[in-house]
Amino acid sequence: MDFSLTEAERDLVGLCRDFAQKEIAPRAPLAWEEARCPTDLLREMGALGLLGMLIPEAWGGIGMTTVGFVAAMEQIGLADQSVAAAWQAHVTIGSLPLYLFGSDAQRERWLRPLAEGRALGAFGLTEPDAGSDARGITTRAVRRDGGWLINGRKTFISNAGTDMSFGVTLLARTETGDDTRPAYATFVVETGTPGFTTGPKMRGIGWRGLDTRELYFDDVWVADDHLVGDPAMGLSQFLRTLEVGRISIAALSLSLTQAVLDMALDYARQREQFGQPISKFQAIQFKLADIATELEAARWLTYRAASLRDAGQPFLKEASMAKLKASRLAVSAASEAVQIHGGLGYMLDSPVARFYCDAKVLEIGEGTNEIQHVVIARELGC
Amino acid sequence: MHVVVCVKQIPDPAVPGALDAYNTLQREGKLILDESDSYGVEMALQLVDAAGGGEVTLISMAPNGEVSGLRTALAMGAAKAILVSDPALAGSDALGTAKVLAKCVERAGGVDLVLAATESSDGYTGTVPAQMAELLSMPALTFAKHVEVADGKIKIQRQTEAGYDVVEASLPVVVTVTAGVVEPRYPSFKGIMAAKNKPVDAVTAADLGLADQVGWAGARQEITGVTQAPARQAGEKIEDDGTGFEKIVGYLEKLKVI
Repeated sequence: MDFSLTEAERDLVGLCRDFAQKEIAPRAPLAWEEARCPTDLLREMGALGLLGMLIPEAWGGIGMTTVGFVAAMEQIGLADQSVAAAWQAHVTIGSLPLYLFGSDAQRERWLRPLAEGRALGAFGLTEPDAGSDARGITTRAVRRDGGWLINGRKTFISNAGTDMSFGVTLLARTETGDDTRPAYATFVVETGTPGFTTGPKMRGIGWRGLDTRELYFDDVWVADDHLVGDPAMGLSQFLRTLEVGRISIAALSLSLTQAVLDMALDYARQREQFGQPISKFQAIQFKLADIATELEAARWLTYRAASLRDAGQPFLKEASMAKLKASRLAVSAASEAVQIHGGLGYMLDSPVARFYCDAKVLEIGEGTNEIQHVVIARELGC
Repeated sequence: MHVVVCVKQIPDPAVPGALDAYNTLQREGKLILDESDSYGVEMALQLVDAAGGGEVTLISMAPNGEVSGLRTALAMGAAKAILVSDPALAGSDALGTAKVLAKCVERAGGVDLVLAATESSDGYTGTVPAQMAELLSMPALTFAKHVEVADGKIKIQRQTEAGYDVVEASLPVVVTVTAGVVEPRYPSFKGIMAAKNKPVDAVTAADLGLADQVGWAGARQEITGVTQAPARQAGEKIEDDGTGFEKIVGYLEKLKVI
């Protein structure tokens, strides 16, 4: 088995490497420092076609394979994790529900601008009282005046509050008092819809360039054509989208690990103590060798999950395994990379510190690692 | 508006180059678009856009049928390319190159404007565009750091040591642009894919009627020797005994910068 790239995938990787090194790497750290989402960079990525990664050309995308997306992420995330996080959230959960479950009219209206990179997509699932327990959401949509009236609150939502955001695709409960089983549906709420407001940009340990907010829905009325897909299948629709999101977070984790490995290796070869570069000490060598080995293992898991998706085969278990393995590695590798840098690595002015801060969320977002364990165990037959 | 851009494909400057027995740069292997030409390509695309229509044609001379650099420029948005690739071109001097490129401009047909960089990043003669203009009986406007086209006329800001001159001419005209005249775009993914199918008209020196005027046979220049640039001399070191600032001030006064 090998995951060698096609010519188109290689072209994409070249384009992403070029843009990431020349534009993202020099500009994104300031946005992180200022805790500001660099939508200028995201717009430029849109013009290059990168915001329509997994959407077919018919809807304005570039119809890239999942393997190509992972390979592209390895380049983008190497330069900056916040930009990569915003990008991947847009590409996966921000765009895919509209593509997979939307009508042609909805795709034309909302998906095309996302795929062509003119707007930024967001998905709202998590609520203050419902994270891993997604079924516990309380945001509710009820039938009213030939449309839907939405009330509730979402939290930790990426990409919904920027100057480039189109609004949000969100999950809400739709069952009535007579129903015995809960039902969930997906709705589009556009920026500027009366009753839809956002809180201030939230302050995370890392991903400071990512726009993350609370969203409030107070008697937000949307027409029937804002309902995406089957009104009873919203939750399973979303869970399907999340499977790809897990591959995406695994890829983001690979890029973080590669970034901190590169930095630690560079530093270890320059930094001299006791009369020689610290890379000559086994204590440092073993750390670097471990990270490199684990990275290769995580990379194969991630590409394997991606290639299964491209082949139209089930990839739920593999995606969860890749996300679990790669995100754990990112956190431990970032910690070791800081350790190799010593006091310098602890200072926020050093790039490795920025990546260290960005690492932790990888174990939390897109399904906590505890949930990944649950998914894997269930797939094993537990 | 039909704009022709001269683009050169050069060995990757990131890779150390080597000279052949005739003191010319070895050009085997993959060649890339000379970065200084990406400004001309971008300028051309913007001018065609501003004119509300037309197209950009690339012309290039390269060994071994190399098209990698041309594909980059096509991916940026140029419509087509004429590539002169012929073993007979080896050893061509600047004038020989100008003759080939001038014939390419004629072959492109109906050209309003020819753009080129002020000089290539691997040869640096900086003479080809002016020679080409002479051969085409077109005015040559050089070192443009700003370009405007309106009503069949072109107006440029010509970079000088002190600032710039404003120079005007009627189309058609040959213009060389400086790096920084515009910011070259990145080719988009769709652009890269589309470029694979854009037409590249491959022609020989004979096709252009230049069979015996180019290459070693037609060259009037010969590179007789290449020598290393002198190594930089070590500067003067001054130990700061508390009066170092006076020495700096004295030095700057001597340079007449303060």
